[in-house]
Amino acid sequence: MDPVLLSRWQFALTTLFHITFPTLTMGLAVYLVVVEILWLWRKEEIYFRMYRFWAKIFAIHFAVGVVSGIVLEFQFGTNFSRFSQSVANVFAPLMAYEAMTAFFLEAGFLGIMLFGWNRVSRKVHLASTCLVALGATFSAFWIMAANSWMQTPAGFHFQDGKFLVVDFWQAIFNPSFPSRLAHMLLASYQTSSFAVAGISAFFLLRGENVPFFRRSLSLALVMAAIFSPLQVFLGDHNGLIVARHQPAKLAAMEAHWDTNLSGGAGFVLFALPDEREERNRNPIVIPNGLSLVITRSLEGKVTGLKEFPRKDRPPVPMVFFSFRVMVAIGFFLLGLSWWCGMLLWRRRLWGSKRTLWLLVLAQPLGFLATYLGWITTEVGRQPWVVYGIVRTWEGVSPIAAGQVVWSLALLAVVCCAIGGSYMWYVLRTLKAGPDLKSPIPPLQRQAGMIPFVAGQSGEETLYRAV
Amino acid sequence: MDLVTIWAAIVALVMILYVVLDGIALGVGILFPTAKDEKEKDLLMGTIAPVWDANQTWLVFGGGAIFACFPVVYGVLSSALYIPLMTFLAGLIFRGVAFEFRANARSKEKWNRAFFGGSLLAVFSQGLTLGGILTGISVKGGHFAGGPLDWLNPFSVMVGVALVPGYCLLASCYLLLKTTGEVRERAIRQARLSAWAVMGFMAIVTVWTPIHYPIVLKHWFAPPRIYFVWTFPAFGLLSFLELLGSLRKEREVAPLLWATGIFLSGYLGLVTSLYPYAIPTSVTIWEAAAQRETLVFLLYGTCLVLPVVLGYLVYSYSLFRGKVTSDGYGH
Repeated sequence: MDPVLLSRWQFALTTLFHITFPTLTMGLAVYLVVVEILWLWRKEEIYFRMYRFWAKIFAIHFAVGVVSGIVLEFQFGTNFSRFSQSVANVFAPLMAYEAMTAFFLEAGFLGIMLFGWNRVSRKVHLASTCLVALGATFSAFWIMAANSWMQTPAGFHFQDGKFLVVDFWQAIFNPSFPSRLAHMLLASYQTSSFAVAGISAFFLLRGENVPFFRRSLSLALVMAAIFSPLQVFLGDHNGLIVARHQPAKLAAMEAHWDTNLSGGAGFVLFALPDEREERNRNPIVIPNGLSLVITRSLEGKVTGLKEFPRKDRPPVPMVFFSFRVMVAIGFFLLGLSWWCGMLLWRRRLWGSKRTLWLLVLAQPLGFLATYLGWITTEVGRQPWVVYGIVRTWEGVSPIAAGQVVWSLALLAVVCCAIGGSYMWYVLRTLKAGPDLKSPIPPLQRQAGMIPFVAGQSGEETLYRAV
Repeated sequence: MDLVTIWAAIVALVMILYVVLDGIALGVGILFPTAKDEKEKDLLMGTIAPVWDANQTWLVFGGGAIFACFPVVYGVLSSALYIPLMTFLAGLIFRGVAFEFRANARSKEKWNRAFFGGSLLAVFSQGLTLGGILTGISVKGGHFAGGPLDWLNPFSVMVGVALVPGYCLLASCYLLLKTTGEVRERAIRQARLSAWAVMGFMAIVTVWTPIHYPIVLKHWFAPPRIYFVWTFPAFGLLSFLELLGSLRKEREVAPLLWATGIFLSGYLGLVTSLYPYAIPTSVTIWEAAAQRETLVFLLYGTCLVLPVVLGYLVYSYSLFRGKVTSDGYGH
């Protein structure tokens, strides 16, 4: 077996497993900030209940996100040590900055956020929530900077197989970074809005805690309706950047084989790309569509895959289909959020069972689109690990394939065990429903030292004691 | 001092912070089965629940700093120690999720086992990793050039075993500070027992390491080291005696400080013996270092950000100071 392929599988498995959790926590943190501000502003108890309930879901995701993220940081070294040593000067400081500016912030204030209700004033608690959300955003900032640098490297000088920094500003704010960061953040906000909406819709259909879930759903829908159109706009912008900096990737995403020398390039709605024969089987094409999207003119030239030698092309079908489905989900979510927003506006949403069911079914779509987006961008980067400069096979560690088989099996088992338990506990927490009885924390921080009460995930015991 | 030495010092500081802080949490995991019932287990977990994540973050920062500042060390060590690193990470995963899952579980037994097993696996793997580094790693042209099981030998297994009482010592000293009554009594007994075990293992390591590396012996008995290298075992011994004394007098904070002293003495002894090697005994810190601009870029950030981080971590810890109780207010 090939250690390169095995290491790539391992990285893909752990990355996709990991991204589930930050995708939810980054967005849910923003949701929690909004809820807590509403609570302090409107002083309605229901917002406090909402905070406590969704914070529990947040905590479970956060924990799994933290532990699965550590694996990723070490995998650069364990499985791609040649890559690591080659790019360390430019790439690695971004990782160190992530830990320094993001992880400590999250870790330092998460404790207060979950366990600190009676230890700090309400304002300090709100500040803690904001800082946790800020930490999550910083984390996305550095990771997207590092990953975007691999896609569109800048600010370096390549010498004797090593990257030397020339300008860190350029390396961080490389051409694809700003829009990819925004794309990921929006994906996270959108995904968590639809997650909250889907869960709330489910309980509304069952008639449980109706006022509570109506409020949760309304707030989530407002956020979804704002973020969804922005995402479509940004996705389009990202496409232009890919076309300019990674033309082979764009051609693979669109299964565009021949450069259109005369006339416009068509947009392939659906096809079965055949890599051997370099053509699409059964294509359904919108004439001039691709030229219009990429060049903003009906007959603009779009570089085709055949311009690149076979060894420089990414695997076409995987990139093509992942991209297609992701875009379809993006448009579907946009339509759904506006449709629901309109029903909400006209006060007809609560009566429309069919729409609520649609929201329940749409709940996992944001996650799916996020996975597919990452598959598109990472597989689309192949065969390069640093685009156009270092090939992926050149970056792997000098280790035996047997070791990677072993670790891949180990991590697969761990991911299944943790993933399964995570599902189980999230469902259980949801099933238990919101806690509507625990006393509201005092306006003023209590004087003196408060003993910490053990045996709580969230905070119930604390309240039982108080 | 040049930039590389400054970074070596920062990395050394971050690593010992990780070892002591997460050592406490991992040790609590190992002592977990000694708790009598679920209520006591809740208590034990409650002592670290608000802080374990921050403690573990020192590892992530240390890893990032080594990756950025000493890329050769990061690349070579992680390929060379592939297997113990992977089991270490697997252990950390089970330990980490146990906090959240156990609290939500109806039957806690499964996650009790995951918490204990994960902690033990992580600690033993950490020891294997350290032992593997001390055993020596074959490097050619700046890349790892050995086999997958080079790290496995009696010495590294011994280091793995030795870390278990080491972290139990830290954890029990922390627990006696954070708890009352029966749990505290037991923590004091555990602290005494593990202190003796730790001293025994430290003596063995002190004799065994020079056998692995004749160069260490040469380091010890040549100036300038000969003038101060003896202070580390002396400080270790002093900490040990003071620890036993403070345990006898049932002090609150002193045992944890002296236990940390024992760790510091061992750690400083190790670091001075190996300096200036980043990978003993083939790569020095200067050979392993990243380019100057990278070191400067990260140093700016560290000087600006790390004090702030330490500030709010101290604030966060101080909010959760005091005894942990299982039934609300202790007074």
